Amino acid sequence: MDFPRPLPRPTPTSQPFWDALANHEVSIQQCEDCDGWVFYPRTHCSHCLSPALVWRLIVGTGHIYTYTVARRPTAPQFADDLPQLIAVIELDEGVRLNTVMVNVEIDDLAVGMRVKPVFHAERPEADLGGSVLLYFEPA
Amino acid sequence: MGLKGEAVIVGVADYPNERRYTGKRKFYLEQWAELTHLALADAGLAKGDVDGICCSSIPETGMFAPATIAEYLGLHVNFAETVDLGGASSVSMIWRAAAAIELGICQAVVCAAPGLPMPSNPTPRQPDPTRVFGSTSANWGSPQAEFDVPYGNVAQNAGYALIAQRYGAEYGYDERALAKIAADQRTNAQGNPQAVFCGQPITIDDVLASKMIAEPLHILEIVMPCAGGSVVVVASRELAARCRHRSVAVTGFGERLTTKSTTYADDMTVTPVGPAAASAFAMSGKTCGDINVLEAYDCYTITVLLTIEDSGFCGKGEGAAFINDNDLTFAGSFPVNTHGGQLGAGQAGMAGGMSQPVEAVRQIMGRADGRQVKSCDVALVTGTGGIMSEQSAIVLEGA
Repeated sequence: MDFPRPLPRPTPTSQPFWDALANHEVSIQQCEDCDGWVFYPRTHCSHCLSPALVWRLIVGTGHIYTYTVARRPTAPQFADDLPQLIAVIELDEGVRLNTVMVNVEIDDLAVGMRVKPVFHAERPEADLGGSVLLYFEPA
Repeated sequence: MGLKGEAVIVGVADYPNERRYTGKRKFYLEQWAELTHLALADAGLAKGDVDGICCSSIPETGMFAPATIAEYLGLHVNFAETVDLGGASSVSMIWRAAAAIELGICQAVVCAAPGLPMPSNPTPRQPDPTRVFGSTSANWGSPQAEFDVPYGNVAQNAGYALIAQRYGAEYGYDERALAKIAADQRTNAQGNPQAVFCGQPITIDDVLASKMIAEPLHILEIVMPCAGGSVVVVASRELAARCRHRSVAVTGFGERLTTKSTTYADDMTVTPVGPAAASAFAMSGKTCGDINVLEAYDCYTITVLLTIEDSGFCGKGEGAAFINDNDLTFAGSFPVNTHGGQLGAGQAGMAGGMSQPVEAVRQIMGRADGRQVKSCDVALVTGTGGIMSEQSAIVLEGA
């Protein structure tokens, strides 16, 4: 199974999220009808199903909702990254997303830890329109 | 609301689980035919009695699985379902079959889950590299491909580890209680000659000393893949009168789906089996206190703990204490996964989830040999798919 780690392949709907990351900014959707924050990008609000979603720049801070330290690669493409520090972040807007924690000691990782964005360029030469990933580090 | 208990399970069959399969390789269609033949013989029914099938997808065809199966077996069916709920598919097949029978549209439904290796393809296509991502979709447009895979949150281990870690932060993590699930189920596997770990009991310390895969999950808390396959036949009470064994009625069911990726669950520690089990209990008129055996889908130890809590056998956050206070073996105070579960008997792919209902049926029929629970009349059986994405529950009762 020799193939490179898959990069995000943005869709017409999600492209603004990845474009913002390329500019080292975090932009997610908010619903104009119910004010709910939405992640991942969608055409309709996941709270009220309204199509009135708008993009908002946010600071991107939040806390670790949960994490794991993977001692065996979750897939062969991540074998060079052991241990993988996989985390789920709850942004201050209340939505959650997957990430990789960086610039942190494993023993310091904790549920509830305050975090801020790190804009991680992954194989920019293979850019499919989404080669800057949203990693996090302690705030 | 719901079932009246007029549909009953009358026959079961399975292949012995094997880690290194050395027998003849078979197509899924061939396994469907063989498993159906075995289950009908077990029930005492004939092929002509079958007028319904519930299946999952089969490798031989991308679409039209039920018609392909019906044609291969020479069946004429009034009811055909392809159930796409991962590890919850088997339990969900059984309630669909029961509902169809109670509606009167069919009288005998075969629910099969093959899991033996296929013959080697002499002209193999290029392997699909995204298959390494397990239950995680890597297809363009899939939210998982875009927002899970690039961060390495792929396949099952990471997702269940994330759930376990969050559970620990909210309620405390008693690693010995989690390990006890694996050890007690392994004890049960010693009474099941078809289990891959029959002959290999383990202790709590063995589990905690085993390799860490994704914190806090050790390798002995994770299912062992194997070859296998299993089947049940659900029939009307009228047909059941002709059958050989004690009838096992499907008296309640529930099903709940929330998210594909657990990242977006409202609360990672509150699982969909809660509403599913509540529905199954309400429909059957049974409560937790009536349950003689719990056959709980057990891809990981944390799945069992959360199923015990969310089904209502104890309060939220009290699962570890409940497990420490109870002997989960077949002879114990709260028998769980009496065949060893998938942790002790092995997980034959999608057939793993059929092992739990098959075991519940054997217990209620009084055919569980060296692991028989005394006076076993009522079972709760659960199924879990994806990363706690979809769960279903059925109450089975001896008629």
